[in-house]
Amino acid sequence: MKEFKAVAVVVVAMAAVPLLGVSNVTLNFLIVALMIALAGQGWNVLGGYGGQYSFGHAAFFGTGAYVTAVLQVRYGVNAWIAFALGIAGGALVGAIVGGLTFRSGLRGSYFALVTLAFAEVLRILASVAPVTGAGVGTLVRLDLRPASLQFQSRAAFYWMILALVAIALIVTQRIERSRFGVWLVAVRENEDAAAALGVNATAIKLIAMMISGAITAAAGCFYVQYFLFIDSGLAYGTWISIEALLTPIIGGVGTVFGPLLGALVVRAMGEAAQLVTGGEAPGLDLVIYGCVLVLIIWFAPRGLMGGLTQLRSRLFRPAPAAKVGHG
Amino acid sequence: MAEPLLQVERVSRRFGGLMAVNAASLAAAEGRITALIGPNGAGKTTLFAMIAGFLKPSAGTIRYCGEDVTGEAPHRLARRGIARTFQIVQSFGGLTVRDNILVGAYLRHAARDQALAIAEQVGGELGLGSMLDRPAATLTVAGRKRLELAKALATEPKLLLLDEVLAGLNPSEIRDMVPVIRALCARGIAIVMIEHVMQAVMSLAEHVFVLAEGRIIAEGTPSQVAADPTVVEAYLGHGAAARLGGAHGH
Amino acid sequence: MLSPAILTAAIVNGLLTGAVYALIALGLTLVYGVLHIINFAHGALLTAAMFAAYFAYRALGIDPYFAVILLAPAFFGVGYALQRFVIGPASHGDDRNMLLVTLGLAVVIENALLFAFRADTRTVDLPYALDGIDLGFIFLPLPRLIGFVTVFAVTLALWLLMTATDTGRAIRAVAKEKLGAELAGIDVAHIYAVTFGLGTACVAIAACLLIPSYYVNPSAGNAFVLVAFTIVVLGGMGSVPGALIGGLVIGVVESLSSLFLGESLGQIGIFLLFIAVLLVRPRGLFGARA
Repeated sequence: MKEFKAVAVVVVAMAAVPLLGVSNVTLNFLIVALMIALAGQGWNVLGGYGGQYSFGHAAFFGTGAYVTAVLQVRYGVNAWIAFALGIAGGALVGAIVGGLTFRSGLRGSYFALVTLAFAEVLRILASVAPVTGAGVGTLVRLDLRPASLQFQSRAAFYWMILALVAIALIVTQRIERSRFGVWLVAVRENEDAAAALGVNATAIKLIAMMISGAITAAAGCFYVQYFLFIDSGLAYGTWISIEALLTPIIGGVGTVFGPLLGALVVRAMGEAAQLVTGGEAPGLDLVIYGCVLVLIIWFAPRGLMGGLTQLRSRLFRPAPAAKVGHG
Repeated sequence: MAEPLLQVERVSRRFGGLMAVNAASLAAAEGRITALIGPNGAGKTTLFAMIAGFLKPSAGTIRYCGEDVTGEAPHRLARRGIARTFQIVQSFGGLTVRDNILVGAYLRHAARDQALAIAEQVGGELGLGSMLDRPAATLTVAGRKRLELAKALATEPKLLLLDEVLAGLNPSEIRDMVPVIRALCARGIAIVMIEHVMQAVMSLAEHVFVLAEGRIIAEGTPSQVAADPTVVEAYLGHGAAARLGGAHGH
Repeated sequence: MLSPAILTAAIVNGLLTGAVYALIALGLTLVYGVLHIINFAHGALLTAAMFAAYFAYRALGIDPYFAVILLAPAFFGVGYALQRFVIGPASHGDDRNMLLVTLGLAVVIENALLFAFRADTRTVDLPYALDGIDLGFIFLPLPRLIGFVTVFAVTLALWLLMTATDTGRAIRAVAKEKLGAELAGIDVAHIYAVTFGLGTACVAIAACLLIPSYYVNPSAGNAFVLVAFTIVVLGGMGSVPGALIGGLVIGVVESLSSLFLGESLGQIGIFLLFIAVLLVRPRGLFGARA
């Protein structure tokens, strides 16, 4: 339990925010930022810890969103159950995509391409299939009761997404300290060496992808409950694939808090861009995101968390004395 | 005599038109050190790769503990108890030395505390105790070789395949490593080692197989093999045995 | 409804379009063959080139086919500079990082175009766009014919470059064995940049060829480039003949699936083919081991 101290502190601190009387605009900003953080936390499991860079995480986000929306709207399923099934849907898509790609031994560039292609296929299907509302999208009926997982107050939505992010933080931390996590990182660092030590790399990557898919799908499910609308471009568009990978990379890949930090920074930059141009600038926020991505990889590949760790060790620990002796 | 732990029966591997390994057979017994020697390019690492599951043999069988394990995946073989080190050291560069060994230790121990304890213990046995918190990438060559060995040992193998574990070490480092290897076989582990460092082969190995151009051309005790003219020819060229024999009044 | 005439028309149109696809794929496969990475910025560069060709026509009155002479070298320079001064240094030699950097560039370029020119779709109306050769059972539009011929001319030029010049030899050397090439005194960073520049030049030429028949908007490049990815994977990463043959095949596949399935589902046909090839035979028809 001690190891969750940091998570607890951060979560409790963030939970207090609505009680400080912040405006709805701020709350909305934070809610969206947390939702993006959640999507990024999903990517981080597969990409940060597993080293498999997916360029199509929209496939999971969109599946979570559509499953949640369609089950409620077309089949009258209870919102909570639809939400849970949306998450399961993400895991299922992860299993399918992962099963196909990892079995074929696809890595690196090819893996990125395949995930991109899967997301695109789903987007096109969703834009023409009647069940998803095709081009028009799906509207979820307004029903502001907790039983329908919709809330009168924005604060309630904030706490809901915060709870999801907290769960993901704990899941990530548990992975880090578990055998699965160590093996996942080993596969990232050197797949052959890991295999020689008994690690079933394909199975590990597959499990990581399912967990990753489930977490990012949860973000999609939340999107539907909060915005009450979804269409193929929002669900499976490249915007979410990009934001899902951007936030962990900026915040720090392979760290527990990286996606959260990254999401807050990325969203803040986006808001700043909106303010400066008076909201009249489509695409400017993404231009900034792209530049930041390049700059981070160039100058700070370990992201903000990496920078913070370096800073902390320089402040609190003197440089270790050079060790003399057998290497 | 008990059946050998490892039996490689007429294993071959071809790459396109090239027969890298041609009907090679060897055996390794528990608690004994078996050496696989031969000139460069003979196919030794290819043979190892097949035993460890990284390559599928084109022909032949590999039996381990009496069971046919030909073509099984590396991670399966590791679970059965076959561990290997790589000729070009393959460590998890970004992780600490301790975490490197931990990956191996987790194979038999799912609990973090236990696995960590094993990692510390194995690290200590191989003289890495003071370096456990350093990133693996900062070790010297000798350190990295020890780490390779530590990782493999942490999986608690019954058969250990050492691919040129002494290469790149200076004489005093070799002198330090030899007793370590001997201690391993005293624990009952069967060791098959590819080596070019002849002094080590002679002092460590109980049985030697010689591979040249993909074929096993000789086997026996170290002194038997050293005196075998076919072996001398393989290393020094055609007619060398006769020349040497003449010079020494053989 | 599906008379031989319609089918033939679809196939021939597929071939003509496929040739331009092939040119786009050629740029991509060239970069992959030498730098061993997939350039995710390829589509954005195509879009940028299309905008450039569009404005060359609108603002300067330059016919797209003549604009090639201006834009090909200009975009070669852009590609060279990008690889030499941005992508190369930013990636620190790591392939995964290079993927991310090219992705970042793609996002920047595309959205910069969106920011500057809004999302409106523009078209170029050439006076002779509707002219063509009428063979009775089929009508061959002039722009597409010119496109077809140009692609082969460009391919020939590239082939000559690769086989008969020192630079070409250096490129082939680096593609085969980077360390050896470096040891032989070849400036690898320069060769990488030259290759990237050539890939971008291909895209610029393709843009000029596409303008007369297609629309221009900030996401235009993406549509073509996903097709290009499919071609490159089908034909084999790094294989020039693969890109050509793959391009023609895909052009025909797209044409036929649009005929049978309608526009949007036709796109799916390509993606599904793409995924299938990646899973079943990642090295494609002519490529080396993935």
